[in-house]
Amino acid sequence: MKAIPTVCLLASLFGGAVVMMAQAGADTKNSAQPKARAKAHTSSDPGEQAFRHNCSRCHSAPEQLSPHITGTILQHMRVRANLSAADEKLLLNYLAP
Amino acid sequence: MPSLTKRTLLQRSAIVAAALWLGGQLMSAQTSPNIPVISGGAGMLSSTNKGSTFVQPVVAPVLALPLGNHVLVEARADLRGLVQMSGPNGTWDTSYTSSLEYLQADVLVNRHVTAVLGRFQTPFGVYNERLTALWIRDLQDAPLIFGLGTRTSGSSDGVMLRGNAYGSSKVQVNYTTYFSAERSTGQFQAGRSAGERVEVYLPHADLEIGSSYQHFLQGERKDTWGTHVWWTPAASGLRIRSEYAHGAHAQGYWVETSYRLSRFGGMNSIAGRLQPVFRMQQSFRNSPGAGDGAPGNDTQEADFGLNYTLPQEFRLNTSYARSFSKKNGNIWDISLTYRFLIPTWRGGK
Repeated sequence: MKAIPTVCLLASLFGGAVVMMAQAGADTKNSAQPKARAKAHTSSDPGEQAFRHNCSRCHSAPEQLSPHITGTILQHMRVRANLSAADEKLLLNYLAP
Repeated sequence: MPSLTKRTLLQRSAIVAAALWLGGQLMSAQTSPNIPVISGGAGMLSSTNKGSTFVQPVVAPVLALPLGNHVLVEARADLRGLVQMSGPNGTWDTSYTSSLEYLQADVLVNRHVTAVLGRFQTPFGVYNERLTALWIRDLQDAPLIFGLGTRTSGSSDGVMLRGNAYGSSKVQVNYTTYFSAERSTGQFQAGRSAGERVEVYLPHADLEIGSSYQHFLQGERKDTWGTHVWWTPAASGLRIRSEYAHGAHAQGYWVETSYRLSRFGGMNSIAGRLQPVFRMQQSFRNSPGAGDGAPGNDTQEADFGLNYTLPQEFRLNTSYARSFSKKNGNIWDISLTYRFLIPTWRGGK
């Protein structure tokens, strides 16, 4: 019985590795970010990269984000996600251009 | 009219001055680029845990109230009903609970330091701060070791300093340190404790590693420490998250893997909205530790989830878990959640 968790853990890690290998080279053009939906994952937009590195680690983007509230949301996330000043600026320009 | 003491006069003057300052801030907030926002999640959760079934309607509103560009007041509450089947005849009992998870003022001191005053989520590990929101969590149930480091209520009352200590395109270093006072009644229950968390994020590797420490300053005055490792490839729907916590009487870990099938037709395709989730977790009890939040016996649990993101911010989460402990059992969860985001008035950028 004690072997079950170990087996499940290994299966989980193995599954993750398989998924990653399957991902390699695949077209990953659709993402959760507002502006990124029409862009490729390889986009060099620094704002989009900042979104992926800071926001997407925990949650998906809202379907709609009014520019009126972007500043407040970023103030909220600056604390919650310990955003750097540079990333906060990039995200503001990205989410409310 | 009785004469007022100097101290009373000072107190009343301070209250009036604070009220005037707050009023002025609220007035200026109406023309500020940042406007107050009400957001959060609502949902209907259902669980059958080892034969016991209950349903919970939940609303968890979040208020974000900016006072200028350097101060933000924010709060999150959890309003929850509980409808539970009990008795041999299958009768349903109902009850209601509410809790205030945070009510804090965030003061931006400089680009590296934010001072947080009030009630805040205890920053031990990262699950409590990042993944407890109703609309974020991939599995309805919190990990077995969630109570280690976050007791007594998951929230702390006091002061916290946090921020980004160093940031570049190659590495980000964040820190959090706090002190909490003891409060045992009402909505502000908290333990007297002090602690810190440091995390390092490597953007190019999509890897985050962090450590947490807490010294409990009441009762046994024991230490709890923990670590977390997250690998979240930015160009993929894969998420691997893990935490380990070690308390005086118990320790344990969880590893959670989820994968959004967005490569099959995109995020909004029928398949792309699917997200399988798997979590493995174990907790070990070394000695009785009343109130540390970990299970009373050694427990091993495997959770299998399948989530579906619906249009208009709705999400359907389903999961099955097998728990191995003194008494083995199955846990079936199903929930429908909704995420909302409402500006209080028009304006802003």
